[in-house]
Amino acid sequence: MDATIATFLIQDGLTNGAIYALLGLAIVLVFAVTRVIFIPQGEFVAYGALTLAILDTGQVPATPKLLLCFGAVAFLLDLWSWRRSFAMRDLVKNIALNLGLPLAIYGAVLYLAPLQLPSFIRALIAVSIIAPMGLYVYRIAYRPLADASVLVLLITSVGVHLAMLGLGLIFFGPEGLRAAPLHDGSFTLGPLLVTAQSVLIYLMTILIMVGLYFFFEKTLLGKALRATAVNRLGAQLVGVRTQLTGSTAFVLAATIAAISGVLLGPITTIYYDTGFLIGLKGFVAAILGGMGSFPITAIAAIGVGMVESFASFFASNYKEIIVFGLIVPVLIWLSLGANHHEED
Amino acid sequence: MTGSLLDLKNIHVSYGHAEVLHGISLSMEPGSIVTVIGANGAGKTTLLNAAMGVVPSTGTILYDGKPVPRSVEARVAAGMCLVPEKRELFGSMSVEDNIELGGFLRTAAERNETRGELYDRFPRLAERRKQLAGTLSGGERQMLALARALMSRPRLLLLDEPSLGLAPKIVADILRIVAELRTTGVSVLLVEQNARAALEIADFGYLVELGEVKRTGPAGELAVDPALMESYLGVG
Repeated sequence: MDATIATFLIQDGLTNGAIYALLGLAIVLVFAVTRVIFIPQGEFVAYGALTLAILDTGQVPATPKLLLCFGAVAFLLDLWSWRRSFAMRDLVKNIALNLGLPLAIYGAVLYLAPLQLPSFIRALIAVSIIAPMGLYVYRIAYRPLADASVLVLLITSVGVHLAMLGLGLIFFGPEGLRAAPLHDGSFTLGPLLVTAQSVLIYLMTILIMVGLYFFFEKTLLGKALRATAVNRLGAQLVGVRTQLTGSTAFVLAATIAAISGVLLGPITTIYYDTGFLIGLKGFVAAILGGMGSFPITAIAAIGVGMVESFASFFASNYKEIIVFGLIVPVLIWLSLGANHHEED
Repeated sequence: MTGSLLDLKNIHVSYGHAEVLHGISLSMEPGSIVTVIGANGAGKTTLLNAAMGVVPSTGTILYDGKPVPRSVEARVAAGMCLVPEKRELFGSMSVEDNIELGGFLRTAAERNETRGELYDRFPRLAERRKQLAGTLSGGERQMLALARALMSRPRLLLLDEPSLGLAPKIVADILRIVAELRTTGVSVLLVEQNARAALEIADFGYLVELGEVKRTGPAGELAVDPALMESYLGVG
């Protein structure tokens, strides 16, 4: 290996690491707030990338229809719990959120898809189709289980993952798709060829991290999410509804996943089942960060990207084993260092 | 209708197969301080948790003459607020953030107004605004828990053992603040092991023993009852 190859590997690792960082942050966020291990994350990534790829061809993707179905199920569930209150306000909210929103998105996509809009707008459309799915997935699968144990929630996550994987196969088919780059340009930096797409990935990653920082530090809703993570009962006692923090966490995570998909779609071919492995690598980073620390997760994610890219050069057959093997020593270390005392 | 603020009727609570409250009834007038006293394990904390909806119970709970909402959060929105025995603060967040979150259901203007009043009342908290709640001393933590609760502008404050583990001088401070709350229109349901101190500021008292109400009466009468003094207040 010479220096040129090394710099290419580093660049590759950094680009993938940035994506893993986003996914890792979303996993930590969802886990801290809802105790859900967000395995279906990868499906949101794949949906985002595939939706963008289909939008690139000027066709209408199937995901808005899927969004309508999700919304309809959420509507029925909300209607069922509505029988307890019969408040007009709740019904209006239910109709607007679960039927109105997906219909509006569906209509907008139907109108906008054939227009050959600029790539950034297409990416924006793809993200706004996928992001609300987080809300409905939370409403349908997780909200009824708000008080369940972590294990039950994990099993639910596996179920949601498999269901969304199957839906992905139905709607997108088994062929892989690759989206057009959001920006075609590239420039050379010394010996390096840097594509605009990878610069875009770094910028978006930094932007999302800064955005999350401000959300959690400066806004009341962000503080409420942190409070829920720190002390669930305490948050209830100040009137923070579990539903509110849960759906916010899921919408944020789905948005982050969809953005990752849109960023990743142009640099690699995405199949309906590609997302799972990508999401798992974000999960590795989240575990390295102890499922609780945002900064450590982000740094670990870069590390995961680096290890992966060098492993694919030196031992490409064992690439995945090496990456997932990283978890083992960390789990041993964490279990040794765990001090099981209660604090508030 | 008597116009009670809170009416508990025949409240039963079980943990698994063990029933810990065997049909407790309690009623309190608006603007009053009612105290529930009794030995350790009598079910006082459970009673407060049941009133707040933190533990499931059977029986009737009327708040302001109407059945109380189901969820804890909806009860907070209706003006009830519990300061639990363990305080349940947000330890890794700043004092300021803890207070801010207390007013989660209020508007920004209401929050600003109440926060100003609270910092005047608890200057100690104003000094430690930037500190993490987990680093506060026991008395400061209790003050923060109280301040956080008051940020929700409650009509009914449920206080669980506010004096637990605190130095006598701080206990006196806290109970004085509780007594002052009444003048601002806040009613208080106070659970205390320190029965003597509680009866001093309360209007009415309930003595709970093994999950049942044993005695009720105006606080002044309970405080001078010789039999009660001996068994619960400690002589001397």
